[in-house]
Amino acid sequence: MSQQILGKSTGWKLFLKTVIARASPRLIGQQREKSWLFFDVFLPLLAVSAYVFVYRAIGAPEEYIGFVVVGGAMIAFWMNVLWSMSSQLYWEKEQGNLALYIMAPNSMMAILLGMALGGMLATLLRAVVILILGSWLFNVQYVVVSFLQLFVVFLLAMVSLYGLGMMAASLFLLLSREAWHLSELAQEPVYLISGFYFPIKSFNFWVAAAASIIPLTLGLDAMRQLVFPSGAALGFLTVNLELAILMLLSVLFLLSARLLLDYLEKLAIREGRLTESRR
Amino acid sequence: MKETNLKTNTLRIEAWRSFRTAAWLGWQIESNWTDPFLFAIYSIVKPLSGAAILVVMYSIITQGNFDSPIFPYLYLGNAFYIYVGAVMAGISWAVIDDREHYKTLKYMYVAPIRIPLYLIGRGVAKFLVGSISVLITILFGVLFLHVKIDLVAVNWYLFFVSLLLGVVMLAMMGLLLSGVTLLIAHHVWFLGEGVAGALFLFSGAIFPLEVLPAFLRPIGYAMPVTYWLELLRRALVGSVAEAFPTLVGFNNNQLLGILIGLTIAFGILSILVFRWCDYQARERGLIDIVTNY
Repeated sequence: MSQQILGKSTGWKLFLKTVIARASPRLIGQQREKSWLFFDVFLPLLAVSAYVFVYRAIGAPEEYIGFVVVGGAMIAFWMNVLWSMSSQLYWEKEQGNLALYIMAPNSMMAILLGMALGGMLATLLRAVVILILGSWLFNVQYVVVSFLQLFVVFLLAMVSLYGLGMMAASLFLLLSREAWHLSELAQEPVYLISGFYFPIKSFNFWVAAAASIIPLTLGLDAMRQLVFPSGAALGFLTVNLELAILMLLSVLFLLSARLLLDYLEKLAIREGRLTESRR
Repeated sequence: MKETNLKTNTLRIEAWRSFRTAAWLGWQIESNWTDPFLFAIYSIVKPLSGAAILVVMYSIITQGNFDSPIFPYLYLGNAFYIYVGAVMAGISWAVIDDREHYKTLKYMYVAPIRIPLYLIGRGVAKFLVGSISVLITILFGVLFLHVKIDLVAVNWYLFFVSLLLGVVMLAMMGLLLSGVTLLIAHHVWFLGEGVAGALFLFSGAIFPLEVLPAFLRPIGYAMPVTYWLELLRRALVGSVAEAFPTLVGFNNNQLLGILIGLTIAFGILSILVFRWCDYQARERGLIDIVTNY
């Protein structure tokens, strides 16, 4: 028995195993519940198509169709961060898993990273399918300026976005049912200010600058600049500047997530909120 | 004879009690998580942001020409479409909420209530919040975006009859979705909103059906939501609705007749689908399933 305990992983090995352990249900879930193909790919694709036809109805230039398709694909990540990262700890609390996570000798940061990694990979698949199908259906033409920059922008947008999700998740440790409604509240307003369906440059500079705190705003803007011929003319800032800001946001959000998690976990334990269920 | 009357009466009382209690419960869940001020903000910001997306898209392309008839067409269509998401999501989400969050669905099944009416009752709260959102969105359009609604010229009779019919139709569609939800895992978070988002495409809510490729238009014509939105637009701003050729060949009574016919058809389909899904969920032991990813 004691040998078995001694043989258990500790340190970074335990951290890594925890990340994989929390990420795997999200990937395995995709295999078990094939219904996501219809509900998470087909239905959102139809919703994105509606916005494409709005642009067609009002005679918009063709590149706007591409803006909608790319924005529609990226919405999947925002939804994932909102519902499967931020409010996930609230859901875990309600299900009784949160107390088990805290009791187990692993890092909560590893749990959050696992949630982020699993969610990101699962969502990537959805976003890619929406992007491919949307581009094919609406004959969207891409002219990629730099694949390397595009890859780095996407990567940094994801790191900072999921960093934001981890930070929000730790905040949600303290919340109860309001967590749910706050997540709901962060849907349409963020679709609006992050420019999922139009270039963020259309807003006043300060509005766009304030919206840049959400990593997808700059990520989307930079990606559009890199894949559409008219993207640069409709871009908010230069791609290099947006890359630098995204890098900064990544570090800021990941560090804040770490600090907040430490602080709020202690606070939640002290105030007895980890197992409460104010239904 | 007396016994049959008693049985019918008991069933009626049971049905009303199921609906009324569920509506009250739904309202408590929906509203008592915060103070009224925050709840009001929450009820305003969400729909206005949804409408603002379309307004910004429109104003970028047309350089702010809000006088074109397409603008009130899409603005009003979008405003009333809030009901579609709210009612369908309210009813179908109740299954996940009760099954996996509160874990009470199994108790509901063994209680002396009518499950379909209980689920429809749970959607009432979302309908009420949705009504506030619709009102605020339209008011915002009238006050700030030149959406011209002449209150004297509004056909109120047509408006309220259409609205009522539409709500019944949406409730039946919500019931259909809640049946489907009984069979799927909760990783599909918001089936109602997802389906509503998808139907946005076919209902002519934010663009006339002529914009769709010809092979997709029949789907729009088969959907009751298309006729419902057209009737509401005609009731509020008749001249705008007439500017688009989609349903110009039909007068208001014909449209009402089609809406009633499709509502009955969808109602029957919803009941059949719900019964089948309900049976399958019991058979497969899914009533108290908990899924977490």
